[in-house]
Amino acid sequence: MTNHWIDLQHSDVILIQGSNAAENHPISFKWVMRAKEKGAKVIHVDPRFTRTSARADFYTALRSGTDIAFFGGMIKYILDNGTYFREYVENYTNASFIVDEKFDFKDGVFSGYDPSTRKYDKATWSYMKDSSGVPERDPTLQNPHCVLQLLKEHYSRYDLETVSTTTGTPVEDLKKVYELYSSTGVKDRAGTVMYALGQTQHTTGVQNIRALCMIQLLLGNMGICGGGVNALRGEPNVQGSTDYAILSHILPGYLAAPRASMKSLDEYLQRLTPKSADARSANWWQNYPKYKVSLLKAWFGDKATKENDFGYSWVPKLDDGQDCTILNMVDRMYEKQIKGLFVVAQNPACSLPNANKVREALTNLEWFVNVNIFDNETASFWKGPGMDPKKIKTEVFLLPAAASVEKEGSQTNSGRWVHWKYAASKPPGDAVSTGDIVIRIVAKLKELYKKEKGAFPDPIVNLKWDYTDEKGRFSAEKVARAVNGQFLEDVTIADKSYKKGDHVPSFALLQADGKTSSGCWIIAGSFAQDGTNLMKRRGKNDPTGLGLYPEWSWAWPVNRRIIYNRASVDLNGQPYNPQRPLLAWKDGKWVGDVPDGPWPPMADLEKGKYPFIMKPDGVSSLFGPGLGDGPFPEHYEPLEGPLARNPFSGQLNSPIIKIFTKECDKFSGCDIRFPFVMTTYTSTEHWCTGGITRWQSWLTEAQPQVYVEISEELAKLREIKNGDQVKVESPRGALQCVAMVTPRFRPFNCGGQEVHQVGMTFNYGWLFPKDCGDSANLLTPTVGDGNTMTPEYKAFMVNVTKV
Amino acid sequence: MGVSRREFLAVSGALGAGLALSSLGIDTGPLNAYAEEISKIDKLKTARQSFSTCCYCAVGCGLICSTDEKTGKVINIEGDPEHPVNEGSLCAKGAGIFQTTAANPHRLTKVLYRAPGSDKWQSKTWDWAITQIARRIKKTRDAGFMTVNSKGQTVNRLENIAHMGSSNVDNEECWLITAMARSMGLVYIDHQARV
Repeated sequence: MTNHWIDLQHSDVILIQGSNAAENHPISFKWVMRAKEKGAKVIHVDPRFTRTSARADFYTALRSGTDIAFFGGMIKYILDNGTYFREYVENYTNASFIVDEKFDFKDGVFSGYDPSTRKYDKATWSYMKDSSGVPERDPTLQNPHCVLQLLKEHYSRYDLETVSTTTGTPVEDLKKVYELYSSTGVKDRAGTVMYALGQTQHTTGVQNIRALCMIQLLLGNMGICGGGVNALRGEPNVQGSTDYAILSHILPGYLAAPRASMKSLDEYLQRLTPKSADARSANWWQNYPKYKVSLLKAWFGDKATKENDFGYSWVPKLDDGQDCTILNMVDRMYEKQIKGLFVVAQNPACSLPNANKVREALTNLEWFVNVNIFDNETASFWKGPGMDPKKIKTEVFLLPAAASVEKEGSQTNSGRWVHWKYAASKPPGDAVSTGDIVIRIVAKLKELYKKEKGAFPDPIVNLKWDYTDEKGRFSAEKVARAVNGQFLEDVTIADKSYKKGDHVPSFALLQADGKTSSGCWIIAGSFAQDGTNLMKRRGKNDPTGLGLYPEWSWAWPVNRRIIYNRASVDLNGQPYNPQRPLLAWKDGKWVGDVPDGPWPPMADLEKGKYPFIMKPDGVSSLFGPGLGDGPFPEHYEPLEGPLARNPFSGQLNSPIIKIFTKECDKFSGCDIRFPFVMTTYTSTEHWCTGGITRWQSWLTEAQPQVYVEISEELAKLREIKNGDQVKVESPRGALQCVAMVTPRFRPFNCGGQEVHQVGMTFNYGWLFPKDCGDSANLLTPTVGDGNTMTPEYKAFMVNVTKV
Repeated sequence: MGVSRREFLAVSGALGAGLALSSLGIDTGPLNAYAEEISKIDKLKTARQSFSTCCYCAVGCGLICSTDEKTGKVINIEGDPEHPVNEGSLCAKGAGIFQTTAANPHRLTKVLYRAPGSDKWQSKTWDWAITQIARRIKKTRDAGFMTVNSKGQTVNRLENIAHMGSSNVDNEECWLITAMARSMGLVYIDHQARV
């Protein structure tokens, strides 16, 4: 979230799309309802009418997988009607930048596409620059090759009729949403967007979010109180686990994982540290070397020296272009290339797409370590449906873990607030915390590699590993201090002295010469210099009156509660909305939230900086050349969809998605055998695959078994009654379940074609409770977003027949 | 993290409700008896309270856990009324979080091992399991470690061991997992954030 939960109350219009917040983030809805009580309008757009729709002022449906068409229509509406926030767009976005004249878009494909590699050469997705290297601008926004004009041209095709044909949303409903939401394109109204996996789990998931961001930028809703783009993250610490990079492509703090062509630390930093020729751009990522070296010092301690490149060669390098994300990981397991696997508190046998493939892949492992608080379908895969344990050679270690309330440590909420929690009890029996398990495995490995040598022992032997208490147990506090970072020598910075061993109170003080350590630079400042743990704070002071609570826990970065907040003020530093003054420049300093950088407002031509400090150009990107599938979001159909052609172009699917070609990965769009659009979702009473919640009687009593939800119209067509047993089938798998016939789904009218959509919960598995059904992911396709490889769980095709 | 007022409020709340109802002519006998029982039970008196955070979605609702000081067991979990985000409220899952504690008989309490071709789990000790796991990591790693790629570039990586998960553990545990994976040379690292 760019903002935070409590801030939702300050919105004037709340657009919830790709989320069922009332049921899946119920306490977030407290703040939605508070906004509504103050007069805000709530819009819900979703294929299914849910409890979120029931509380909205306006609900309309769209067919799963058509959000870009929906948002593209909104962008066109905003530009055609001039409802954008002109001053904000001109000063705080790249709307005025002149794009390379060879940049082009034809029939669904941008310039630079190579069909043989399914990749773009992005050379033309760039700006014209002046002699000093600063992007050329046209402040009048009239140049036909400036970003705003290109944006107009791109979305000129997204007229109401074509959008409606694609999404199945009635034209009148589209107009109503566009009109209501774009009413926030003025300085004293705020619109916010709440989304969840309904936006991200598509082959165009990243561009769905980009389209939302662009709408927010056009309307001047980014960086303001009551605005922002707010991901309702679904796992308790998914913000933290992302910050700390349990991911192949990044290292802690969103530093890039090194690639084989980056032979030295210097080459790595040269390639990744952005440069800006514009003195008014803060270009904060110019500090990349400080964060990278401080990370290496945290990992390897005294063993990381200037002479050995701070241990850079000990960090594994991916080949250039290599993708090790989860769908490829499973594919490699299926091919027997992966021999050993760790799974910590995840249930991939039910949670990953094409679960039959995943379950088969598990049988190919030599050994497998699973850490969990309950048994699950992944740990017990060898006794699952269709498995013959005698034939499965995999050794399985199922390690009993402590539950969340049994552990001390920190957890980061979706609004980036890092809370410290305390252990309420010891875990039962032999269970220990995951931290203890990791500590012990690495300690044993260190012992073995020291004693027996082996392949490249250096990174294991040199890893700093002193995170235990006096009893030899995992100490969360010691790790947290290492993550925050410390001064490793006495240092004087800007006339202020810091002693060796002091905690680094802000990432602004991290150094690139090895004099500081920090295990994750964005977390630096979670401890005060004197070692006070700020994540434990429970102060309720609220000086702005806006619910920022700066003394409650600690938020990254540097306790800033709303990021990009310097875009909430005008060029003179005065709040656009004086009723909700997030930040103001008063008597030569900023008052309010922690500002995005200390510099004076932009009207100060000498010292003022642009507000979007993490972007090299200092402004936000309506034109976004960073992604792999285009600088503007374009509608493509899901891999499996009901339409034979894309109403917007000759390009049916995203041109850059990876197509998996094994027999088990087969897919089939616009196929009479699989005529219905399927989407998957959760329920209030269960969480994810139910790996924790299915073992709780209070919850299974309320939601005991898997069902498929179908419309009354489809029920009539297929002669299915509410409660009937049905078979749901996709090209990859099938399962039997109960049919729930409801008016919550309605058929879509897509340009005269009637399209039925159905939905299913993904909360179940074969293990427990007995006869609760199995995973909806037996049906889902092996395909991911073109940029992130996030699977397309939310839109694919099935058949539903009465058993 | 003192407890003092809560015990008083719990008891006086029940009694207060009883008095209010009796003034309306309602039979408060059972309620009074219940209040008396509460005052006899000393679980509230002996409860230590601690703050925690809900383990489901990332709203991160604040919890107050009550732990029996005699048994060391969690006896109640409720929403933290002081927490500015949830203000004491919890959803159905959060309100039932007590069932994730030792009170749930389904919790795993032993290290379990499944041998090749076996159809059952066996209980093992931690020392055995940690040694066996480390042995398997070393054997697989030593066999599969790549110092250079096909272009001869130094890569120092391992492609035959993979890691999945977790957004379900604390930050400090996440950080250790990341460090462990990188020190072994893993590149197949992923978790729930992508799915």
